[in-house]
Amino acid sequence: MATERATKIRTKTQGGVTDVLVLVSHPMETGQRTDPKTKEKIPPHFIQKMTFMLNGKEIASASLGTAVSKDPLIGIKVKGTKAGDKIKVSWSDNMGESGSEEAAIG
Amino acid sequence: MTQSPRRTFLKGTLAGGALVLAAASGWLVPRRVEAAEWNKDAFGAKKLEEAIQALYGTAAHTPSGSIKLKAPAQAENSAQVQIQVTAELPNVDSIAVLVEKNPNPLLALVNVTGAEPFLSARMKMAQTSDVYVIVKSGGKLYSAKQNIKVTVGGCGG
Repeated sequence: MATERATKIRTKTQGGVTDVLVLVSHPMETGQRTDPKTKEKIPPHFIQKMTFMLNGKEIASASLGTAVSKDPLIGIKVKGTKAGDKIKVSWSDNMGESGSEEAAIG
Repeated sequence: MTQSPRRTFLKGTLAGGALVLAAASGWLVPRRVEAAEWNKDAFGAKKLEEAIQALYGTAAHTPSGSIKLKAPAQAENSAQVQIQVTAELPNVDSIAVLVEKNPNPLLALVNVTGAEPFLSARMKMAQTSDVYVIVKSGGKLYSAKQNIKVTVGGCGG
């Protein structure tokens, strides 16, 4: 089994703008590193797509490259939200793994 | 590998999500190609201009003071460089972040379809480099850049 990859969402609304921060536990392997023990190249394993939805409507979609840091922390902003609005974030990586998480704006 | 219920469940929700997405956006409004798929050519490009060309079909961009790039002048940990981009331009379609001297310069491309033209992320840097932000606004490309120094050995200089 693949290891569990936690997806966490944090939102903060201030002055009509909501910050949405997403943290995914993911190795984000570049494919350029070599395993120090086996001297073999570690294959790339990284998140390629991340989609942000507000109440079921897409508000942003990101394509990511290998240079995004391990355990990516991605932030976006959205205006005009109400308390209780649902933010959903979905991601998928180059090895076919995926995850999603939903949170209500506080 | 055996099929656990969780796997099946995940697949089910994914397929459902894709359907909703397609229904919400795909059929009624024509979408640009760059929005739909992970752009293999752009992310695989080894040169800054090649990556921009692969993304937008042109490498011509105009420097703009309306793009704010917040990043450290010197990165103490090259594996975790925090950047923040705000584009104070009207009708922003997308924001791309590129690190010129990384093996593959393109870091991320965000298509904005309702969110504010803003992005924050942490990135890896191979060495000291200019970091470019390319913003597509009203069919034109605007850019901002900043040099980030990477200190070898991570001692913080």
